[in-house]
Amino acid sequence: MSAPWQKDGYEAVIGLEIHVQLATNSKMFCSCANQFGDEPNTNVCMVCLAHPGAMPVANSEAIRQATRVGVALGCRIPETSEFSRKQYFYPDSPKAYQISQYDQPLCAEGLFRVPGEGGFDVRLTRAHLEEDAAKMIHAGGEGGRISGSAGSIVDFNRVGTPLLEIVSEPDIRSPEDARRFLTLLRATVVAIGASECDMEKGSLRADANVSIRPIGSSEYGTKTELKNMNSFRFLERGIEAELERQLEVVLGGGTVQQETLHFDPVAGTLSSLRSKEQAHDYRYFPEPDLLPVHQTEAGLIELGSDLPELPAARFDRLVAAGLTEPTALALAVDAGLAGYLDAVATATGDLKTSANWTMGEFSAHLNGAGLSADQSPVTPERLAALIALVVDGTINQTAAKEVFGVLVEDAQATAAGVVADRNLAQVGGDDALGEIIDAVLAAHPEEVEAFKGGREQVIGFLVGQCMKQSGGRADAKALQGLLRARLNG
Amino acid sequence: MSAERIELGPDEVRHVAALARLGLDDAEVAQLAGELQSILGHVATISALPIADVPPTAHSLDVAGALREDVAKPGVTREQALANAPDPTVDGFRVPPIGA
Repeated sequence: MSAPWQKDGYEAVIGLEIHVQLATNSKMFCSCANQFGDEPNTNVCMVCLAHPGAMPVANSEAIRQATRVGVALGCRIPETSEFSRKQYFYPDSPKAYQISQYDQPLCAEGLFRVPGEGGFDVRLTRAHLEEDAAKMIHAGGEGGRISGSAGSIVDFNRVGTPLLEIVSEPDIRSPEDARRFLTLLRATVVAIGASECDMEKGSLRADANVSIRPIGSSEYGTKTELKNMNSFRFLERGIEAELERQLEVVLGGGTVQQETLHFDPVAGTLSSLRSKEQAHDYRYFPEPDLLPVHQTEAGLIELGSDLPELPAARFDRLVAAGLTEPTALALAVDAGLAGYLDAVATATGDLKTSANWTMGEFSAHLNGAGLSADQSPVTPERLAALIALVVDGTINQTAAKEVFGVLVEDAQATAAGVVADRNLAQVGGDDALGEIIDAVLAAHPEEVEAFKGGREQVIGFLVGQCMKQSGGRADAKALQGLLRARLNG
Repeated sequence: MSAERIELGPDEVRHVAALARLGLDDAEVAQLAGELQSILGHVATISALPIADVPPTAHSLDVAGALREDVAKPGVTREQALANAPDPTVDGFRVPPIGA
């Protein structure tokens, strides 16, 4: 793992609870649209509004997607799982209970590997299906926070939408590792298409269980639960702030209280949340209105074989192919870019050069234009044709960048066409380069003398002059060699 | 499973009532303690049966599945949804401030 968080004889113990909103068409237990951003209270029905007598029926696609996530996360999938009622009284839950899973979750214990230098394993406790709560809009009060609010408006569009809650064991030892773990887990869920995992829209939400203990201890300290960390940066900063707070309490002779904390990213402070059911007396019991879910071995084998390449495996493959770890990681967590690279590399047969271009010019172009890989006018085929011209020595890097710029601007242009039109072909032959070198050496006798006198760095200046003379088209490598031979000869 | 009798006193009734946000006076607490005790007593007869070897089931019938296709359909209109709300706004259900 990355350097563990250790201070004054204490170490960090961190576990995450991750809620993923599944990308289904309809809600978990009724047929209302599962749609973010619609007008309030327009995707509602008797079931999700909890009118008497309305009965839930489970969404087969939600179960399928949740199971795929479980398989991708290395979870054991029990043959039978069942739904339970989690009782709590709050306006975001019209039934006064949430249908969730208790002692028989859809996905049981798993192991998730974060690869790379300082990589580590995180055991997963479980992943279970449940329904989301309604959205509360807290009118009045300061900053929309619960305390001091003059009343709330409830929007039931979100109530009943399918959520997968993934619970990790407290195996994480630093805030940075928490971010790394969540980054890769998110990429894995996105890769299999189960959710878009957009933290800003709330389709990915992470809570952290945080405690500290003396280094080397095998017992756990009292943990607190951090909520509302709606970005990767806030997750890392929130955990960091909470570790520091706990350390201060312990070093001051106090004891950490078990509580739920809200992280304020603007102030960087933590405040205690006391409003919602602190008792944790949920009185779970099996949901009598729903049947157990049975998984067949054949069904699971089919799901497993249907999975795309997962980020951890892609990372391993790219590193084995010679890419650096940061490059491989950037591609591992970006399925769109990775797919693009694979298409380019298939056409060029040169993964490393293709990766350099994909992560360099191509990524810069995407970022600049705000496009995703599949929206770019520079298709994998067009970039591959350009790379081929670089690899076979037709053009040098400088010219290639110019051609790339034209490919972006003009969707009809081809790399070969641009090279011909703009006369960008590399000047590479010994004769042609020799002429240039002759001219440059003749014009700069002082530098030639200096080189011969031992100031070898002058060669940089001379190469630059030759490159200028060639209009930027000289084969830099051949030029260096020839120039050196001439000066030493 | 033990056949031990569970005593339900006024404190348990008040705890459960607090979880459900029910305000009960002392007379109601006493009345409900008796009623709930009789329900628990009824369930306790099951605990007395020799069922240690019987695996618990989530459903009374030996069936599973009964799933729904993932097709979105219109539910009710917002006007219908809000029709029974005691204090609706233009587009939502208004609820009292969440007190501590």
